[in-house]
Amino acid sequence: MSTSPKITVATTWLDGCSGCHMSFLDMDERLIELAQHIDILYSPLVDNKILPESVDIGILEGSVSSDEDVEKARAFRKHCKILISLGDCAVNGNVPAMRNHFKLADVIDHAYRETATLQAQIPTQQVPALRAIVQPIHAVVEVDIYVPGCPPSADTIWYVLSELIAGRQPNPSAVTRFGA
Amino acid sequence: MPLPANRPNVRVVTLQIDGQDLSAREDETIIEVCREHGIPIPSLCYLDGLSIWGACRLCLVEVTGQGRLLAACSTRVTEGMQIQTNTETLQRYRRTIVELLFAERNHVCSVCVSNGHCELQFMAQMCGVDHVRVPHRQVSYPVDSSHEMFRVDHDRCILCTRCVRVCDEIEGAHTWDVMGRGSDCQVITDMAEPWGDSDTCTSCGKCVQVCPTGALVKQGTSVGEMVKDQHFLPILARRRHIL
Repeated sequence: MSTSPKITVATTWLDGCSGCHMSFLDMDERLIELAQHIDILYSPLVDNKILPESVDIGILEGSVSSDEDVEKARAFRKHCKILISLGDCAVNGNVPAMRNHFKLADVIDHAYRETATLQAQIPTQQVPALRAIVQPIHAVVEVDIYVPGCPPSADTIWYVLSELIAGRQPNPSAVTRFGA
Repeated sequence: MPLPANRPNVRVVTLQIDGQDLSAREDETIIEVCREHGIPIPSLCYLDGLSIWGACRLCLVEVTGQGRLLAACSTRVTEGMQIQTNTETLQRYRRTIVELLFAERNHVCSVCVSNGHCELQFMAQMCGVDHVRVPHRQVSYPVDSSHEMFRVDHDRCILCTRCVRVCDEIEGAHTWDVMGRGSDCQVITDMAEPWGDSDTCTSCGKCVQVCPTGALVKQGTSVGEMVKDQHFLPILARRRHIL
């Protein structure tokens, strides 16, 4: 991968807490150095809201919990040359997948009826339909690089991106692990 | 199985591990020789001071002339043995074993009291497991919090039986045992009764300390707070054999 023109990057979150993106921002002053090598074309962190036709690196945070998540994952796979699963939710389901032991109807009932104090009702509009089972991203699309951690540290994200910028294949197990 | 006491007239054999010429007592196992010489071999059920179980299969090694892989924990060294501990085949098998352990029950590291101090978690990192290729079974196992000091979370149990062995062999209580087969297999206290109702448990906590994961923990611990201390084990094991 050459350093000129800049490497293009897209990121988004599926069923996650946005913590992995916060960890990305935690790279602090290194973001300025990073900006010399990459252009973030699409992300919750930037203004552009349309996923470009072709992006070099796609970064997905969060697990696949709804139909919308599946669409996002498929779109990223289609438009990104390298797809990264960032964080434990993306890599193995993590906390969102803890609802898998219960029936979806029971989960929804518990969240929107049993524990609601006012106007208990199940939302049907403006929210994506939840899937019965929460899955990691690689259960619905092929993933190229897995970066575990909850969240992966800023150093870990820096390492992975630096290796890719240098044209090398990163080895995330050297710097991070499940639950790190 | 009691640990063999060191016999005085034991022979010394020479062998090769990963091309390195070594000598060892003939009553030693491959894993013991590897640990003495700083050769890393992943393991989960093996623990110095407890009897050999040979269940986790992570310590499998290749021995020249053998048509199958051998568990380093349950194979004694012999004269002229040539052992490979880290071939691509072994790495592939170890990776798969760790992935299957993660897929079988629910090891959500980020919300585990043993996060950062867990042998399964470290084993995954050591074996390069950065994701699990097989689908998770998505089956829930119970938690027993009836004991006033300790808790067992079967979701995080890997059935290494260290708790069963330390309770029987070191504490002498034999509160723990194993019940059921296949995916129904579980460690139990007494006759599968709540731990807090156990007549035999001495509340010594040895099972908690030797448990490699967050399956057996102290009550009142929060995420990452359960740090285990296994220093007592080799000392007590040796003292039991001197008597």
